Parts: sequence; C-alpha cells; structure tokens
Amino acid sequence: MELMINGEEHEVDVPSDMPLLWVLRDVIGLTGTKFGCGIAACGACTVHLEGQPIRSCITPASATAGKRITTIEAIGASAAGKKIQDAWLALDVPQCGYCQSGQVMSASALLAQNASPSDGDIDTAMAGNICRCGTYARIRAAIKQAAGAPAVAAKGA
Amino acid sequence: MSKISPDGFSRRDFVVAMAAAGGGLLIGCRVDGRRRIPGTTQAAAADSAAFAPNAWVRVGTDGRVTVVVSQVEMGQGVYTSMPMLVAEELDVGLDQVQAAHAPPDDKLYANPLIGFQVTGASSSVRALYQPLRKAGATARAMLIAAAAQRWNVDPASCKAENGTVTHAGKKLSYGELADAAAKLPVPTEVKLKDPKDFILIGTPAKRLDTPEKVNGTAKYSIDVRLPGLKIATLAASPVVGGKVVSVDDSKAKAIPGVRQIVKLDDLVAVVGDHMWAAKQGLAALVIRWDDGPNGKVSTDDVVKGLDAASRKPGVVARKQTLPYGARATGARKIEAVYQAPFLAHATMEPVNCTVHVRKDGCEVWTRSQVLSRVQATAAKLTGLPPEKVVVHNHLLGGGFGRSLEVDYETKAIRIAKEVEGPVKVVYTREEDMQHDVYRPYYYDRFSAQVNASGKPVAWNHRIVGPSILARWAPPAFKDGIDGDAVDGAVQLVYDIPTMQIEYVRHEEPVLNVGFWRGVGVTHNNFVIESFMDELALAAKQDPVAYRLALLDKSPRAKAVLETAAKAAGWGEKLPAGQGRGVSLMYSGWDTYLAQVFDVEVPKSGDVRVRRVVSAVDCGTVVNPDTVKAQIESGLVYGISAALWGEITVKNGRVEQSSFPNYRVLRMNEMPEIQVHLVRSSEAPGGIGEPGTAGTAAALANAVFAATGKRIRRLPIGKALASS
Repeated sequence: MELMINGEEHEVDVPSDMPLLWVLRDVIGLTGTKFGCGIAACGACTVHLEGQPIRSCITPASATAGKRITTIEAIGASAAGKKIQDAWLALDVPQCGYCQSGQVMSASALLAQNASPSDGDIDTAMAGNICRCGTYARIRAAIKQAAGAPAVAAKGA
Repeated sequence: MSKISPDGFSRRDFVVAMAAAGGGLLIGCRVDGRRRIPGTTQAAAADSAAFAPNAWVRVGTDGRVTVVVSQVEMGQGVYTSMPMLVAEELDVGLDQVQAAHAPPDDKLYANPLIGFQVTGASSSVRALYQPLRKAGATARAMLIAAAAQRWNVDPASCKAENGTVTHAGKKLSYGELADAAAKLPVPTEVKLKDPKDFILIGTPAKRLDTPEKVNGTAKYSIDVRLPGLKIATLAASPVVGGKVVSVDDSKAKAIPGVRQIVKLDDLVAVVGDHMWAAKQGLAALVIRWDDGPNGKVSTDDVVKGLDAASRKPGVVARKQTLPYGARATGARKIEAVYQAPFLAHATMEPVNCTVHVRKDGCEVWTRSQVLSRVQATAAKLTGLPPEKVVVHNHLLGGGFGRSLEVDYETKAIRIAKEVEGPVKVVYTREEDMQHDVYRPYYYDRFSAQVNASGKPVAWNHRIVGPSILARWAPPAFKDGIDGDAVDGAVQLVYDIPTMQIEYVRHEEPVLNVGFWRGVGVTHNNFVIESFMDELALAAKQDPVAYRLALLDKSPRAKAVLETAAKAAGWGEKLPAGQGRGVSLMYSGWDTYLAQVFDVEVPKSGDVRVRRVVSAVDCGTVVNPDTVKAQIESGLVYGISAALWGEITVKNGRVEQSSFPNYRVLRMNEMPEIQVHLVRSSEAPGGIGEPGTAGTAAALANAVFAATGKRIRRLPIGKALASS
C-alpha cells in the first residue's frame, strides 16, 4: 500500500490490519511516534490524519492509505506545530519525554482548530494523553502561551 | 567493555573516590586516563576529545565541553543538573555543554552514596555535588595552567571566564588550550568556588534535553534500529514461579512476519519482523502453564499473612525514652492499623531491551538505572567475560525505580541467546503491568499515648513488610533491619519523649517486589502523617497547630510547614463537600516537605484534587526549575497512586492489565499546584521522590476533612466506595 507520510510517499508491503504505529516505527523507521498501550488508552502514539489527531496504535495502516499523515518528525513545519514546539521549549515541559510526541501532536491539532482554547477545550483535547511524569500543568501553560494568551505569572516563590 | 585507544589521551592517573557499600568508607582507585569512554553516540563522539582530565569532563579542540553523566536521565533532569555542576566550576556557559550517557563502569562511575553505579534513592545531586564540581574545577585549573605556560605568566594572574582564559588583554579559548592542558599533570587539590560566586548553581536553567524531546528525535531504547533487527514480544508465566507445560504454536507460525517461537522454561516469546507480527503471533499461541506454589494465592492471603506477622514484636529500629516522658499522667491510648497496597510503576515506555549475542561478544541496548548490573548479568548469562559485553544506555521513558531491576534485561538476554542476530524484546503494556517488580504491600500497627492536654507522650510504630534491600543489596540489610522499609519512620521529627519504631520482616512471594518512587518513605509518610491527624483530632486540635507544637527541635521542618500553611490559607472555611489536609515529610533524603491538599468529594465519591500547595527545603538547590518540576511530578505520581493505585492478585495472577483498570491522573483531573522553595544553604537533599512520598497522607487527611471518613487502607477511591 502507499502511505503519504510527512509529504513523502512510502510504498510498504504489510498486512492490511497492521496498525499504522508499527508501520511507522518498525517498517519505515519513524520512531518519534511512541508505543504506550496499544489500545488507544494513553495517547503516546498520536499522529495526524488529514490534520486530525488519531491513535496510530489502533488505526490500520490500510485505512490511512492515500491520506495525508503527519508525525512528530514533521509537525514543526505547520504553523500550529511550530508554536506548540516553541512553547514546549520555552516552558521546559518534558521530563522523561516519552509521552511528549503524543502530547505535542494532540496540542498542535487543538491549536490548529482552535486559536484560543479555553481550559475546558484543553481538558477535552488532552485528556486522552497520559503523562506519568505529571507535566500537565506545564502542558496547559504551554498551550496557552502558544495561543498567544498573556503569560500567567507562576505562583509560588 | 573498556578499550585502549591507540591514539588515546596522554597517560594520567585520576583518583576516584568511591564509597563502599553502605556508605562511609572512602577508598581511592587509580584509573588509567587512556581508557576510552565507549557507549552511546554522544559519548563516543566525546571519545576523541583532546582534553579528558577525569571520568566526567571532555573538552574538544573546538571548545565544546561534554559531560559524561554517570546518572541516567529518566525525566528528573540530571542531564542538566550534573552538567551545571561541572560548568559552574569550569566557567563555561551551559550553551557550550552537552551531556553524554556514561558506559557501565563501577570504578569510574560508582554512586558515592551507594557504592556502585546506581541512579536512584533521590541521590544524584546529593552524591555528586562535590565530585562533579571538583571535576570541573580540576579541568579549569589545567586550562588556566596551559594558558599561563603559553604566556609565561603566573597562573594566578589569569582568569577563566565563559570558556576562555584571559590575562592582560590576551585571550585563549578552551578549545585552543585543550591539547596543551592534556599534557599537564592533574592537580590533586583544587579550590572550589565560594557559593556566593555561583553563576549557574541556584539559578533556573533550561534543560539540555528539551529540544530532542519536543521534536521526536530523543532516543529511547525502544527506538533502537539495527541492520537485521527482529522484534519479539513475550508471555512469561502469569504466576511467579510458574512454568511452561506445553505450547501449541501452529497458528502463530502461520502469521505473516512471524519468524521464530522461543520456548523457555518460564516464558514463551514470538520473534517477528515487526511488533505487529510478534503481538499477533503471541495472541495465537496456546500455552499451558503449571502455576506452581503461588497458583492459588490472592490478595486476601497476603493481608492475612501480614496481619499475623504484625502481632509479633519486630526488630527495634529506633528507641528512645526521654525523662520528660515520665511526666505523662492521665495518658490515654490511641491505636490504628494502616495498609498500603502493591503498586505497579507503569512507566510510559513499556520495558524493553535489545540484545545481540554473538560467539565472541554480546551487545545490549537498554534503559537501566543499574548499568553495571546489566553488564554483569549479560556476562553471567552468556558465559562471556564482562569486557566482551557492551551496554548502551538510553534516555528512560520513565524510571520510578522500575529500572533498578534487571529482570527484563535478563529475559531479553535469555531470549536473544536463541535468536540469530539482534532482537528487540518489547513488553506489551499488559505484560509490563502484570510482570512488574511491584511496590510491596505494607502493614503498619500504631499505638500512641496522649497526655491530658492531647500531646503524644509515647509512640509505637510497627512496620510489617518484605525486605527489598536483603535481596537487592544484601550488605545493606543489617541486624534484621531494612533501612528502606523504615525510612521516614525512624527520622520522625516530632518531639515525642518515648518512642519505639519496630520492623517485622515478612515476605509474601506471590509477587516480585522492589523499589517504587518514594520507596519506604511513601508508605511510612502516609501512615505517620495520617496517624498524626488522628491524634490531633483526638486532642480536638488543629492539625497544623498540633504538629507545630511538636517541632521546636526541628526548625527546618517547622519552616516548611508554616510556609505551606500560610500560602494555602490554612484555617479558612471551605464549602461543604470540600476539605483541606496537610502532611509533613522528612527522611533519609534530607529534604523537608510540607504539602496542603484541597479536595472536593462529590456524592459519587470520585475525589477531585483542587489544589496542592507545597513548601520544600531541599538544602542547596542546583536548578530551581527542576526542583519545582520534580515536586509537581512527584505529587502527580503520588495522587494517581493514593486515589486509585492498587495491584491485586487472584489465583497468583495480577488482575490489572493496562490504564483502563490501573487508573492514572489525566489532564482534566490535574489540580493547581504551587511550589514554594524555602531556600537554605544546607547540603543538597533529594528531590525526585519527596513529592510522591508526601502526597497520600495530605490527600487522605483532606478527604477526612471533607467527609469525616478516615482512610486507613489505600487506595482512597476504593476505601470510600466500600465505606
């Protein structure tokens, strides 16, 4: 089947039920997209399909053939993705970093569709992405910063 | 695994101070400066650096400084804080510095507090604050000496600054001096900076590892790609001690991409071209197990065993009888039993390990907090000498104590011995959760006597649980006491005249148990600080005031408690259904932490944490931003566990399998967090674990304030549901 990933065509010979996650990681070698649970419960594997965030661990690659797939490796080329990555850098969001590809992808999709997301919008868009290091507060602040919201002064000394 | 480089560095000796196991005894060993530092790409790149005065510092002729970091990066920020220590004394900006993974080498990279190469116990800054500063200062002194020699002037008249040495208008960069510095003798005595002159230490610094973690290029061991690499996934016996009886692999073999089925006595692995083939193949196997002796054991049996053990006296870990205790008259006794469940680590990166076993050597790509143990394990399992085992470490997608064990490397190596070429063994989430090395189940018995004014005059705390140290570091298990199991209990900061802390070792072999973020302190702080609230309640006193009255001998503890209480607005009236709770923590990490939790408990019983106010005094701070991040991180980890975390066992099998039945905190449940640093110039304390350890009690106390329900058995969600 033919996959259009980050603007490049990839011809792959894989079982039709093989999830996109493993095609990206084990066949094509785009390892920025992470395996976390395999059942769409943690969000680590989030990529964009035609700009929409999807969980690549349960999405058969065959269902994405011919459609525009964007992964963490290329999200910086989009306006929203660049803003999100810059905000992540500015606020030093990641700790272990393993979930952050998925976090950046979910946040980029949110920002692309909603220029000034509310706290409720952020909860809805990001609740599917688990971070065991607990970087949620910084993720929220970074999304707001990327959206150009005035920076809220951090509390505490 | 060290190699001698034919074009290596000029010979020099370097004295590495290492503490023997158990700490205290300092010994020196001489290390040949020619040893190359192999390992990861970054470290390998630093191998050719012109100037390598010690195990940690490399300076290239381009002026680039590489710090070989012996501590592994699992989110806690050591790839920034460790380079900061070097850069401060070396007088270079952090922008000139990169971090590199250290290879396994106990001689070069032993953790001075633990005795071998370990990242854990919230020890990195505590252990390396002085050695890394000295490493930087040594390099700086040699670069200055090289410049002084070049200019034929007194080194004392030269100044190091921002990667250059200057003298009377003349200037040379570290890169220009690297070759000359490498030819000079290494000074044994160097002067460290006065802390008042620090430029980097104590000032928020950007993490060096953020860029790669934002754009997908950060490399974890699960990302390893090699020519001819195969991917395997496994099913180990669902019961500890169980064995494979038979395997029907006819359907698995027919799945496209499946290459091999590896059958060992206690596990079966499917090797394929990719993880999908391996997973599909595993699902198609029909495996019959002999469960062995644990096949009928369930959580209730574990609790019964612990309860019975708790009725016998333990080994006394701390005892005191101060004369003013005798004044107690009209004392009454208050008793309670507390329980804390088994917990899984659930790192975001499922555990994995890549291994290539050849006749003449073995290569391992992993994520480990104990690299030298991985090397030794591979040597033992393959029969190869350790120097034929190369171990590449990676960024860890979460550690939390999980990777202080080598169980998954052991399985991967055993599987790889049966496979031609390199194989990456990746656990499914379900296998990861059901074959963890779990936080033990603990059972605690308290009794206290309070005098007529409600003050505790006698305190008896009996801790019942297994000894992790007896297995993990046998010499550290001394006189029947596991220092980890009683950590945070024996350092009780409250001024109570009569006190006895006992430890009853009781093993429950149904699950493998090990270190979990916050270790013994996480459990002890929950029980101690919950019980303190019970005493305050019995005395009809405010929980903060009650604690403060017992803290005159511990000013640092008092200061964090006062700071947190004040910032939280302690004493305000809250709406119905909400509650505010407090905890105070001190332990062997030498960090003081007070936390105030605000919770809301709706009728459904699904507790929501609204806000957490933390005040922390961890002594000298290297990177304040990391300290705050670690407190935030630790308490989120602690909240998940306190509210919902529980691994249960039925017929020897772990009942939880993945995030849907092992619930963890998500974005929409995240509380507001305030972290207040109470600055001090005391020695650095640990910061990776206190946030977790200080959470359960403050949270349970807040739930009590909201509901009147005292939580004596975690998790809170289940306790409320069954009350």
